[in-house]
Amino acid sequence: MTTREISCSSAVMEALTEEMERDPSVFVIGEDLTAHGGIFGQFTGLPERFPGRIIDAPISETAIVGAGVGAALTGMRPLVDMHFADFVTTAMDEIANQMAKIRYMFGGQASVPMVLWAPDGGGLRAAAHHSQCLESWFVHTPGLKVVSPSEPSDVKGLLKAALRDDDPVIFFQHKRLFAQKGPVPEGEYIIPIGKAEVKRPGRDLTIITYSRMTYLCLEAATILSEKGIEAEVIDLRTLKPLDFSLIAESVKKTYRALVVHEACLTGGFGAEIAARIGEELFDYLDAPVTRIGAKDVPMPFNPEMEDFVMPQTRDIVAAALKLVGRDGGEQ
Amino acid sequence: MKLSKNEKLALYEKMLTVRAFEEKAGELFKQNLIPGFIHLSIGEEASSVGTCSALRTDDYVASTHRGHGHLIAKGADTRRMFAELLARRVGYCKGKGGSMHIADFSLGILGANGVVGGGFPITVGAGLSIKLRKTDQVAVVFFGDGAANRGTFHEAANMAAAFKLPVLFVCENNFYASTTPSSHTLAGGSVAERAKGYGMPGVAVDGNDLLAVRQAVEEAVARARSGEGPSIVENQTYRYRGHFEGDPQKYRTSDEIESYKGKKDPIVRFKAHLAKSAGLTASKDEEIRARVASLIEESVRFAMEAPLPRPEEALEDLYVNA
Repeated sequence: MTTREISCSSAVMEALTEEMERDPSVFVIGEDLTAHGGIFGQFTGLPERFPGRIIDAPISETAIVGAGVGAALTGMRPLVDMHFADFVTTAMDEIANQMAKIRYMFGGQASVPMVLWAPDGGGLRAAAHHSQCLESWFVHTPGLKVVSPSEPSDVKGLLKAALRDDDPVIFFQHKRLFAQKGPVPEGEYIIPIGKAEVKRPGRDLTIITYSRMTYLCLEAATILSEKGIEAEVIDLRTLKPLDFSLIAESVKKTYRALVVHEACLTGGFGAEIAARIGEELFDYLDAPVTRIGAKDVPMPFNPEMEDFVMPQTRDIVAAALKLVGRDGGEQ
Repeated sequence: MKLSKNEKLALYEKMLTVRAFEEKAGELFKQNLIPGFIHLSIGEEASSVGTCSALRTDDYVASTHRGHGHLIAKGADTRRMFAELLARRVGYCKGKGGSMHIADFSLGILGANGVVGGGFPITVGAGLSIKLRKTDQVAVVFFGDGAANRGTFHEAANMAAAFKLPVLFVCENNFYASTTPSSHTLAGGSVAERAKGYGMPGVAVDGNDLLAVRQAVEEAVARARSGEGPSIVENQTYRYRGHFEGDPQKYRTSDEIESYKGKKDPIVRFKAHLAKSAGLTASKDEEIRARVASLIEESVRFAMEAPLPRPEEALEDLYVNA
């Protein structure tokens, strides 16, 4: 298998192209897809290659997401482009009451094979309506699967898996990672939904993270390593279903856990992970499970304010040092 | 519209079946045998039966919280419907859905919906799917006058019209959105007229006249099948029962309700038509009614005798690949 360095954006395009070639029932619906190639250019070239299957919709998120549900119920496999993850608020009934529940409510008669593709995250100075990480709303909604990869190869492998999955998948993709490059295998490459990965092995503490924060955690791990502390970094990749066994395996080895996400702290997915570690791995812990998330405010516009609100590498380093009892004078 | 005598008699029997089902459901509810709450469609049978009679089995229908009639009219099995109302394992949804969430995907029924206006976007999606798959099916969404005020209606109407989708918006205007008169909430006073704004045909018909409903729906379906896009058909009708069973109905008088029974009743009217045009005799009528009564009786018995699911079955059917 040949591997090249490509961006997350290209990984999306590659996964979609391959899946649309493979399965005529796959199509894309969203706003500004054809003329503009998607607002992040991630669909460039697809409209020409697949005429009629990349559909520019009116600015009607409710109808767009609902149309995805209706199409999925009647033999198609839509990828619905949410434009910005923040706009899920305008289609919450379609997502939480219909897409998530239809299979269950109707006793398993139907399935909803659709992907809701939602670019999320801050750091673009885009303020409160274009910067959120909203995954915890959806892991809290039974019936949905939620993925949030970081590396381009995982983006490709998970998007292909999501498009083949018979259940509805919300695919969060961090906007600041669109240009992020990494090695991606050509052709058939699937990352199963529900599998986390150790991105850096270590013995002293476990850092559990996902999406863009994976890169910050890896940066923090390098800094910690220079101080003689080896952090193991787990990228969850899928939030629901959660690969808790990989977390457990790691924490049983390191005795310390730090959970890092960009979403705001209170009620965030980190709370769920911390609670499960507390419930299931209490005897292995040498220190309280620690969480890092954004401060509990809407995303401010001012760049210094935004950086202050979002978790930074130095916050991760500081929390890790504290966890291993090295938060004294030697920093 | 050409309907044979036998076809007409079959539609009559269907309307009687809907009514008998609803009356029985009301009875069972009163006896506390049906958990939760139910919404009955008694008085609106010409709309459900007239509309679905113009559809094929492979056409799609999205229904509402007041959906029993739509389901029966589209061919659903009354035994499995009662079983669902009674929360049995053999119910359409294995007891997980109840009255407001019955579906039969094998008959193109995309489900009743607990959310008013929840069916519009789903139906647009079914229409889009039809267009992409290049079949000549149509997708119909039933909705009430209340749902015409949801944003979902407007987004769906616009998208269906902009994309010329084979979608039919069938409004059952019973003049009350739950307990609020639509005269108070429906700007412009007409659902059908709203079609103009979206560049599609809209027609209001006497929704208690089975043949008028059938005619209007047939035309709209033909238009949709031939690729000309969506339409709105507004069936003006009336529900005899409250919004839900047990509704104290403070918003209307019993005189008003009574005024719709008798000469305005869809079944009484169609029966009179059949007596004149299809030779429906008193004995034939009795024979049909007896058949309906025994179907309902047998359906209820089937449902009552069926086992309840185990509580643990609540954990099944969430994902295809968990």
